[in-house]
Amino acid sequence: MTTVHIPFLQTGTLAVGGRLLTEEERSVQSHADRPSSLTKGHRACQGCAEALAARWVMDTAVEAAGGKLVVANATGCLEVFSTLYPESAWKPPWIHSLFANAAAVATGIAASLHAQGRDDVRVLAQGGDGGTVDIGLAAVSGMFERNDDVLYVCYDNQGYMNTGVQRSSATPATARTATTPAVGRHPGQAFGQGKSMVKIAMAHEIPYVASATPADLRDLEAKVRIAMSIRGARYLHVLVPCPLGWGSASSASIALARAAVQSGIFPVVEARAGELTGVERIRERVDVSEYLRPQARFAHLFKPGGEDALERWRALAEANIRRYDLLGGAR
Amino acid sequence: MREVLEGSQAVARTVARCRPGVVCAYPISPQTHIVEALSVMARTGELADCEYVNVESEFSAMSVAIGASAAGSRAYTATASQGLLYMAEAVYNAAGMGLPIVMTVANRAVGAPINIWNDHSDAMAMRDAGWLQLFAADNQEAADLHVIAFAAAEELGIPAMVCMDGFVLTHASDVVELATADQIDAFLPPYRPQQVLDVDHPTTIGTMAGPESFTETRYLQHLRFLDAADVIAAWSDRFRAAFGREAGGLIARYSPDTLDRDAQAPPASSTDLTVVAMGSVVGTLQAALAPLRAEGVPVRLVGVSSFRPFPEAALRDALGGSRHVLVVDRALELGAGGVLTGSVGRALAGTRSRIHSVVAGLGGRPILEASLQDAVRRALAGDLGALEFLDLKTGGVPVPAAGASEVTR
Repeated sequence: MTTVHIPFLQTGTLAVGGRLLTEEERSVQSHADRPSSLTKGHRACQGCAEALAARWVMDTAVEAAGGKLVVANATGCLEVFSTLYPESAWKPPWIHSLFANAAAVATGIAASLHAQGRDDVRVLAQGGDGGTVDIGLAAVSGMFERNDDVLYVCYDNQGYMNTGVQRSSATPATARTATTPAVGRHPGQAFGQGKSMVKIAMAHEIPYVASATPADLRDLEAKVRIAMSIRGARYLHVLVPCPLGWGSASSASIALARAAVQSGIFPVVEARAGELTGVERIRERVDVSEYLRPQARFAHLFKPGGEDALERWRALAEANIRRYDLLGGAR
Repeated sequence: MREVLEGSQAVARTVARCRPGVVCAYPISPQTHIVEALSVMARTGELADCEYVNVESEFSAMSVAIGASAAGSRAYTATASQGLLYMAEAVYNAAGMGLPIVMTVANRAVGAPINIWNDHSDAMAMRDAGWLQLFAADNQEAADLHVIAFAAAEELGIPAMVCMDGFVLTHASDVVELATADQIDAFLPPYRPQQVLDVDHPTTIGTMAGPESFTETRYLQHLRFLDAADVIAAWSDRFRAAFGREAGGLIARYSPDTLDRDAQAPPASSTDLTVVAMGSVVGTLQAALAPLRAEGVPVRLVGVSSFRPFPEAALRDALGGSRHVLVVDRALELGAGGVLTGSVGRALAGTRSRIHSVVAGLGGRPILEASLQDAVRRALAGDLGALEFLDLKTGGVPVPAAGASEVTR
C-alpha cells in the first residue's frame, strides 16, 4: 500500500485568519466586524497583491487609530481601481490629489489636525513605487526629514503598472518592461540601477521603517500596529506582486512574495531611528529561479544566454543574506 | 493706526490676523519677506493656533496647503515666478477640488533668462488654473485684498491668488493702515469648509472622472466662476463699508479730475483714450496722466482689480465706448501681444474701440511716466500701433532677420 504524505498546516498558526487563536491574537481580518476600509466592488485585477496588502494595512491602521484615520493616496493603480466617480471603495475619509504629493498632502492634513487640537485623528499616506521612489521622492523625503506625524506606506510592484508596465527606479535588474524591453543583447532593466527605498528611509533616521510582504500578512499587520503606536514619520515598504506587470499567474502572487523573501531577494526588516532592529530570517531557502521563473518579465533569463544574469541574481541574493544575516548564522 | 511698513510686512501681518490654521513656506524672491515675517509671528505667538510648515519645494507647499484645507484649516502660502510654475500641477488641483486656499504671488518674471524682477508672466501662466486672481495697485490694497480673498474664496469654494508686484510693492515701504485683528474677526466669517476629511462623516475627495462626467465637472466649476464676480464685488463693498477705504472690486475707476480712485467716477466717453492697467503701474499712470489731463488731453484711467474672473461687463461699462483703449501689459503672449490685452479685446469685441497693446516693464524694466505720456499722445495722433514694446532698445540688441536661425554649440 502506498502512502501519500499530506502536509497539514494547523489553521490559526501560519494561516491568515487565525480563528483558532485566542481573541487577542487573532488578525483584524478574522473578525466579522472588521473595518473593510477598502471594501468590495473595486476594479483591481485578479490576484492583485496591492489590493490585498492595502486592505490589511488600512484595516489594521483604522483599528489601531480607534476608527479615526484619514488617508492621502497618490495617483496610481490603488487610486484608479478604487475611486472611479461616482463610486468609492474607501470607507475612511480619503483624498487623492496628485501623483507626486501624497506625502505632502498627508503633512498638510496632520498639520491641520494638530492646529485643530485633533491629535486623536491619525494620518496615513500611501502610493506605489512610482509615486514614492521616483516622482514623489522629494515630498516623501521632506515629510521624513521634518518627522511629520504620518505613516507612509509604499506598495512596491516594481514598475509603472497603471500606465502599462514601464520601468521605475524600483524595477529589478533584467526585468522586461515596456520601456526596458529584452531585445538582443539588452536583457531588460540594467544591472546596477534602482534604489533601495528602505535604506533611503533609514538614512533619514525616522522613528520606524519596516518592509513586509503579503506572504506573511500577520507580520504586515504587526508592523502596521507598531507603526501606529509611534508618533512622527514612519515608513512601511510592502512588496506587492503584480500579475499584469510581472507576467505571472493570478494565483501566484502570494507564492511569489514568499519566494522573494525565502530566496533572499527581498529582505523583510525593521529599523528604528536608522538602526536595524529586526530581520525576518529565511525559513526554507529557495533558489532565485523559484522567484524568477514564474514571471514572464524574466522569461529571457531561462533561455540560452541567460545563465550569466541568473548568476548575478544569485549574487544579489547572497549579498542580501550577508548584509542582513538572513540565515541567522545557520548557513 | 497709520504706520510705515514694507509691503511684505503689511501682507504678513494681515494674513496672520486672518487666523490661518496652516501656513507653508518655501523661499523664493521676491516673496521671502512675507513667509519670514510669518515665521517670526508663529514663534512669538502672534500667529496663534497655526502650524507653520517649512517645506522642501513649492510643489509641496501647495500640496501641504491642499491637505490642510481639505482637513478643515484655513491654509495660506506665498510664492512667485519659478515657484508658481513649479507648483503648477498642484495649483490646478487645488482649484479642481474646490479648496479655498489663499496664496500671495509676488509677481516676477519667468526664465529663461533667469530674472528675479517684476512682471506678470508668472500669474498669467496660471490664468486658467481656476483661481481667483486679484491684483493690488499699492501696499494698502495688497494687505486689504487678503481679507477679501479669504472671504470670497471660502464663500465660493475657489482658491484665490493675491498678486502684488515683486519688489515694487513687496520691498517698498509705504504708509499703510492695517486692518486690526478685531476688525478682521468681525469681518471675516470663521472657516467652514464645504467639504472636509472628517472621521465622523467620511468622504472620498479627488476621484477619477471619466469622459462621461468630466465636462459636467468643468461646467460646474465654470458656473461657480460666473458667481465669483458678484461675490468679489459684494465682499469689496462690505470691505468699503467696514473699513472706509477702497480695496479689490472687479475694476478700479479713477476720477477724471483728480485721477484718485473713485468708485463713483463716471464712465469714459467715446471721445476719450482710456488706459487700462493692472497692479502697481496704475500708480505710475495716476502720476503720468495728471499733467495730460491738465493740458486737456481726453485721457482716462481704469484699473483691472480682478483678472480672474475677468470683469468683462464692468470693464465695458467703465470704458464707455472709448475711442482708444491703451492696455499697459506686463506679460507677453509670444507672437500675439499683451496677455491682459487679449482679455480686454474679448470684452470689447463688437465695439468700435481701437485697442493698443503696450508691453511694458518686463523683467523689472522701469516704466517711465514720460514714456507712458508719449504712448498716449502717439495713440491719439494715430501714431501708435496695435502692439508696442515700451522703451524697446533696438540699437544695442542684435535682431536677427525673420526666419534666420543659427546653431550654437
